[in-house]
Amino acid sequence: MSRMETPRQDHLLIVDMVEEGARVLDVGCGDGALLQLLAERKNVDGRGVELSQRGVNECVAKGLSVVQGDADTDLRDYPDDGFDYVILSQTLQATRHPRDALQNMLRIGRRAIVSLPNFGYWRVRAQLVFRGRMPVTGNLSYSWHDTPNIHLCTIRDFVELVDALGARIERGVALDRAGAPIRVNAPWWVWNLLGEQAVFLLARDGEPPQP
Amino acid sequence: MQGEARTNEAGTNGKTVVFPEAEALVTDGGGRIAPLTIGYETYGALNADKSNAILLCHALTGDQYAAGVHPVTGKPGWWEAMVGPGKPFDTERYFIICSNVVGGCMGTTGPASINPATGKPYGLDFPVVTIRDMVRAQAMLVDHLGVDTLFCVAGGSMGGMQVLQWAASYPERVFSAMPIATAAKHSAQNIGFNEVGRQAVMADPDWRAGRYLEQGVRPEKGLAVARMSAHITYLSEAALQRKFGRKLQDRSAPTFSFDADFQVENYLRYQGLAFVERFDANSYLFVTRACDYFDLAADYNGSLAQAFRDTKTRFCVVAFDSDWLYPTSDSRAIVHALNASGASVSFVEIESDKGHDAFLLHEPMFVATTRGFLESAGKARGLRGRTAPGVCE
Repeated sequence: MSRMETPRQDHLLIVDMVEEGARVLDVGCGDGALLQLLAERKNVDGRGVELSQRGVNECVAKGLSVVQGDADTDLRDYPDDGFDYVILSQTLQATRHPRDALQNMLRIGRRAIVSLPNFGYWRVRAQLVFRGRMPVTGNLSYSWHDTPNIHLCTIRDFVELVDALGARIERGVALDRAGAPIRVNAPWWVWNLLGEQAVFLLARDGEPPQP
Repeated sequence: MQGEARTNEAGTNGKTVVFPEAEALVTDGGGRIAPLTIGYETYGALNADKSNAILLCHALTGDQYAAGVHPVTGKPGWWEAMVGPGKPFDTERYFIICSNVVGGCMGTTGPASINPATGKPYGLDFPVVTIRDMVRAQAMLVDHLGVDTLFCVAGGSMGGMQVLQWAASYPERVFSAMPIATAAKHSAQNIGFNEVGRQAVMADPDWRAGRYLEQGVRPEKGLAVARMSAHITYLSEAALQRKFGRKLQDRSAPTFSFDADFQVENYLRYQGLAFVERFDANSYLFVTRACDYFDLAADYNGSLAQAFRDTKTRFCVVAFDSDWLYPTSDSRAIVHALNASGASVSFVEIESDKGHDAFLLHEPMFVATTRGFLESAGKARGLRGRTAPGVCE
């Protein structure tokens, strides 16, 4: 296997949340970097779903099992409890129906892992407030008119959606601009303000806690 | 250990193996084919632990000549773009097997073969065969070649149906599988087109209720019409338009007659004529029928996922976006079933305007996908680079 570039910080956090040898579905797996990392470090049985032909081809060429598909329409075809973890890494904001996507993830996997850019991040707020422009940051790198991100939310918004779905957050980590985790015991408003992105490990209500 | 090369019934010098009376092929329809001759080709060499064998399954009117020069037509083999040294199906790495299907007319027993009971060609007395019967015959050949587990079974269209049937019937013998531009069941539209072709053959006065060989004639006109109509379904409207549009053939104005004024007419007539030179009309009836009867889920209480339950086979399903004969939705249905059964599956829809036939052509994305899938499966199988030649002829 070819040597990879330095792994993304959110990918490392996700790897840390996944148990050894688990069955994992990565929705919106892109070029397969996370699946490859999971295979190398956690020996997972990984599958992927990716919208772009280029991404799928790169994944298949790397030996990953990836199907071309759309998180908005194809997740409903997956059977209940097919996977231990369903991962949505930096993709939720690009889905047409984030609530349905999340609900499907929690049905297909015993646990769901979601990483997302935080629209409540202070630099994002500042761009809108002070410059009067739609924010463009490292994590949200598109102009308003050509962005695939159509359902942006803040960390606080996301936590509320998880509540509404009757799921619970087992672990949550916010990352600052440098990709470093923010102090775990910091209050929510600190996360919401200082976190450029966040990673959450979600469990269905009634699912016993992960050891 | 392989059958000796000799001139077979089709007059070609391909390899053949004859299974005697005691090893008859009993068909799904309750028929019995004995003795059974299978015409086949191999490319490359089997490695020492026999782990690098790939079975290629040909489409409706294909045959065992996947690569090299076809002995009847003098043209390149049907998968010349994909099979050969350094190509995705690398003959320097893999041992490639390709056989003519049962019911065919290129060295494998079919309706043009002599029926031992009568001493005359079978004609319509040949048992109606299914895709599963074709796969059973292939399994007999693979056994004969001393191969236990196939590294990969790959094929497009009718060949893709055989791939799916292999994976369902012999999951432990198929390490990886590539069903390409295919479906787990034939649609009403597909059956409809096939019926048009069969009726064209049977409407030809020279068909003689299927006994034309004894009477020294051939229903060439009917078979050519069948091929012409089928050929349209293999292309896309965009490809036909690009290639021909309304261009006239060798003239500057229409003749106001039923000559082939348009280039597309001329092209289809040529396709029809070239086809009757190499194909038997009754074989066309039998192989199209086999496709029509194909419905893999039906054998598993209507659940396609059940057909692949607990499978360890690694799948790569490929569709082409301009294929309207076996549209992407057919491939998606296969992928959904494989997902539901927990199988390891990759799925790509290749952008191409070349229609169903795209899988036979050099489509760079398709080549890359196939290469990547085989290389990764090879790693999982522990295949090293090129095989040492001469292990098995």
